[in-house]
Amino acid sequence: MRFVIRRAGFFLLTLWACLSLNFFLPRLMPGSPADRIIAHLHGAVSQATVRAIELSLGINNTQGIWTQYVAYLGHTATGNLGFSYSQGEPVSEVIAGALPWTLGLVGITTILAFILGTAIGAVAAWRRGSRFDSVMPPLFVFTTAIPFFWVGMVLILIFSVYLGWLPAGGNIGQLAIPSFSPSYLGDVLVHAILPALTLLITGIGGWVLTMRNNMVTTLTEDYVRMARAKGLSSARVMVDYGARNAILPNLTGFAMSLGFVVSGAILVEYVFNYQGVGYYLLNAVGYDDYPLMQGLFLIITVAVLAAILLSDIATAILDPRTRTAG
Amino acid sequence: MALPITTGQAAGPLEPGRELTAAGQRRWSALRRFSRAIRTNRKATIGVVLMAIFIFVSLFPGLLTHQSPTAFSSDITAAPSAAHWLGTDNIGADIYAQVIDGTRNVMILAIAVGALTTAVAMVIGVAAAYLGGLWESVLSFVTDVLLVIPIFPLLIIIAAYFPNAGNLVLILVLSFTGWSYTARQLRSQAQSLRNRDFLLAAQVRGERSFYIIMVEIIPTMTSLLLASFLNNALYAVLAGSGLQFIGLGKSNNVSWGTTLYWANQNAAWTTGRYLWFIVPGLCIALLGVAFAFINYAFDEIGNPALRPLSAAKARKAAEASTRRRLASHGARAR
Repeated sequence: MRFVIRRAGFFLLTLWACLSLNFFLPRLMPGSPADRIIAHLHGAVSQATVRAIELSLGINNTQGIWTQYVAYLGHTATGNLGFSYSQGEPVSEVIAGALPWTLGLVGITTILAFILGTAIGAVAAWRRGSRFDSVMPPLFVFTTAIPFFWVGMVLILIFSVYLGWLPAGGNIGQLAIPSFSPSYLGDVLVHAILPALTLLITGIGGWVLTMRNNMVTTLTEDYVRMARAKGLSSARVMVDYGARNAILPNLTGFAMSLGFVVSGAILVEYVFNYQGVGYYLLNAVGYDDYPLMQGLFLIITVAVLAAILLSDIATAILDPRTRTAG
Repeated sequence: MALPITTGQAAGPLEPGRELTAAGQRRWSALRRFSRAIRTNRKATIGVVLMAIFIFVSLFPGLLTHQSPTAFSSDITAAPSAAHWLGTDNIGADIYAQVIDGTRNVMILAIAVGALTTAVAMVIGVAAAYLGGLWESVLSFVTDVLLVIPIFPLLIIIAAYFPNAGNLVLILVLSFTGWSYTARQLRSQAQSLRNRDFLLAAQVRGERSFYIIMVEIIPTMTSLLLASFLNNALYAVLAGSGLQFIGLGKSNNVSWGTTLYWANQNAAWTTGRYLWFIVPGLCIALLGVAFAFINYAFDEIGNPALRPLSAAKARKAAEASTRRRLASHGARAR
């Protein structure tokens, strides 16, 4: 319990660091964000409009920077993230519309990649020296090194352009009406296959390699030899004695991999025009829509921190050693 | 942004005998072991050969193409031909020349970010472990925060404030956001060394902290530093190309990511200009693979347990497991 509280405290501090970054970054950079927004409006802008834009960005030249900072923290804590002028609605509503798509896509593919990758890694280590083991690790070293967006482009080329099986982009068909009907859900699924496959192909390698390497070390332990000597079945020794102990570093790695997955999701959403958080983030960058940019960065950070906290708690439950250490 | 692949103890503690041999001799034998490892480890061979090709192309692009990668021409989005091996882009520039000339920019990015990130991580990680106390708490906190913040969105936001950022800005931004993982590895490595005799001896001699860190601690981490360099270079290639691909960075910078950006903007797959994005993307992948394979091979060299078994050894292992199985059957029968 003390471990969890300490971790939660660390995450609150991290969140505060992110908020401060969000606040000070635009103010440290050359040029005012308001100027750039005004440049997008093409034309004469009255003093009153400039003032309104500055106010909507939270820039208030009459107050000191610290007053503004405290006000910003207060607004964020109460869920007021400002107004996105490129989307024409409050930032919180843009986020509410985009987040489920990204969470669904990233959540499902991450869990799939973790399960599949761990299983492949465990089998490769168990059959060490077999053909399976000589092909798999180099193959996955290769997949970890190829860029996400390129995998996405190649998949579009094969499955949409060449074979014509799957749509090349978007989250739903243009005529689809949101409902819980099978046809709508099928439409959602069909649009998610290629983005998910892209994330899976590039994301699975890390799990395979880490698991194989841990498992190779674990299998030399005495308790594994003991299990064999007891005459337990191969499957039992592999899963209950080998994999179960080798999986712990992979669980910790879960936290590390999230940043990787998030970056992949942004690029994949861009390639597939999949309207999730990453898609809107890049859109916001294109329009210099700072409130939306900051809000999306904040929500991505919160999501990642929450996931890491969960994986920390899971590790603490599964591995008593972590509760006392660090 | 590659997921760092952990393989247990990357750099083992010093072998006791090694400290006694003369430095020059040690370096020679290390070099010999290294070159033998490259020849015998297939992954290392592939990685080194690929790397040599990319280095050659980035040093002598003039030998491979005489066309300008940015020159306008009326021949826009042309199909591959004898004059333009990979066709031309939306302004009529030769894509093959972009791939060849872009190699240098990508290599500079990879090597500079790999070296800078590792250097920053080394200073911060080792200082945190060695200085202890308040310094350790502050530096560790900064490292841990940077470790859990999603870096790529942060990069996007920072890059958004630098419209038309060239290679230099990209290098600096990638380096100052990407050091945290390495710093943590180096910190724990340095912590394990903290109370070793040779460091206490240096303290008793009255050496300054700076000297101890630079001369006594850092040389013991060479293999870890090398692995970090390769990992960070891979990260730079993927993250840098990713940023250029989404249009952050100078749009007339000759680089693989930029070529891909224009291919995507012009929906090259719908117009049949497949090579426009396949070739630069494949180059990124192959350069990434070169870094990853060399790194993986180092891991195998340093940690024999990870090596793939040779056929003869595999047979022996299989026989042993059959014998074990027979024995266990026997045990069960009893």
